Amino acid sequence: MNFDVSVLVRGVEGIADPEGRTVERALGALGFAGASSVRVGKVINLCLSADDTESARVEVEEMCDRLLANPVIERYEITIVPTKTS
Amino acid sequence: MNENIAIIRFPGSNCEFDVEEAINRIGAHARIVWHHEHDLEGFDGVIIPGGFAHGDYLRCGAIARFSPVMEAVASLAELGGPVLGICNGFQVLTEAGLLPGALMRNAGMRFVCETVTVEVASNRSALTAEVAAGTRLRLPVNHGEGNYICDAETLSEIESSGQVVLRYANNPNGSLNDIAGITNRTGNIVGLMPHPERAFDLVVGSADGVPLLRSFVHSVEAFAKCRVVVGQV
Repeated sequence: MNFDVSVLVRGVEGIADPEGRTVERALGALGFAGASSVRVGKVINLCLSADDTESARVEVEEMCDRLLANPVIERYEITIVPTKTS
Repeated sequence: MNENIAIIRFPGSNCEFDVEEAINRIGAHARIVWHHEHDLEGFDGVIIPGGFAHGDYLRCGAIARFSPVMEAVASLAELGGPVLGICNGFQVLTEAGLLPGALMRNAGMRFVCETVTVEVASNRSALTAEVAAGTRLRLPVNHGEGNYICDAETLSEIESSGQVVLRYANNPNGSLNDIAGITNRTGNIVGLMPHPERAFDLVVGSADGVPLLRSFVHSVEAFAKCRVVVGQV
């Protein structure tokens, strides 16, 4: 089966996120006074061929632990959906 | 000429020639080694220079740690061989798990490029062995991700065992406890954000990098002798 995988990597809660703070200030400068707690992360999308959703998840978790995220400063969330066939 | 210090070059490294020049001026001999090499036979020490290895894609050092040469670097370090990571090289060593912690984006998103004062916090490392603790040095920094961080347990461990080797007098990047450089438990692997190789002569503003690099070179020589005695290949 083919899966569309999306990995959201973000900084550990409680660790300073200077990029998020800068974006927050810029939003404030644009007049979006209600915006707060801005955090910037990154999204890594990939297509994966695997037997089933569970084995796909195991494989993506290994990708995250070994390469896509640094456990010292980052956390990740994985979304896996079967690829739509037209 | 025994070129026994390897300077690892990744795609995107840009300080390898400065390091080579500085090491040669000290009277030792270094050779630039491409990151695809699988073994470091004949080398007794390694320097990973600054730059932007693999474009700093994903995270600084994240891709470089999987370069073929890194296994050989880890093996040499395991034997006790001195390994030095400067700036981007420091980031590579933390990503590779050879040094604890990580280097994040500078506080305030500010890229820093200036000469700063650092203090030697411990001399139980290959880089600082010959420099007394408390010595103040003027060294250039040039980085966007030098904000050192680690968990509380690791911090207390490295602080209590003298693994913090250099501290900023005026923290330029938000680094935890003003940490500018650290070493591993055995003192043979060292990483620092400042560039000692750019402070090799008063002509360039400071010669304070020389005692550090000389100390590293002497550590490499000591390791080489010890290897011969023990009979390692």
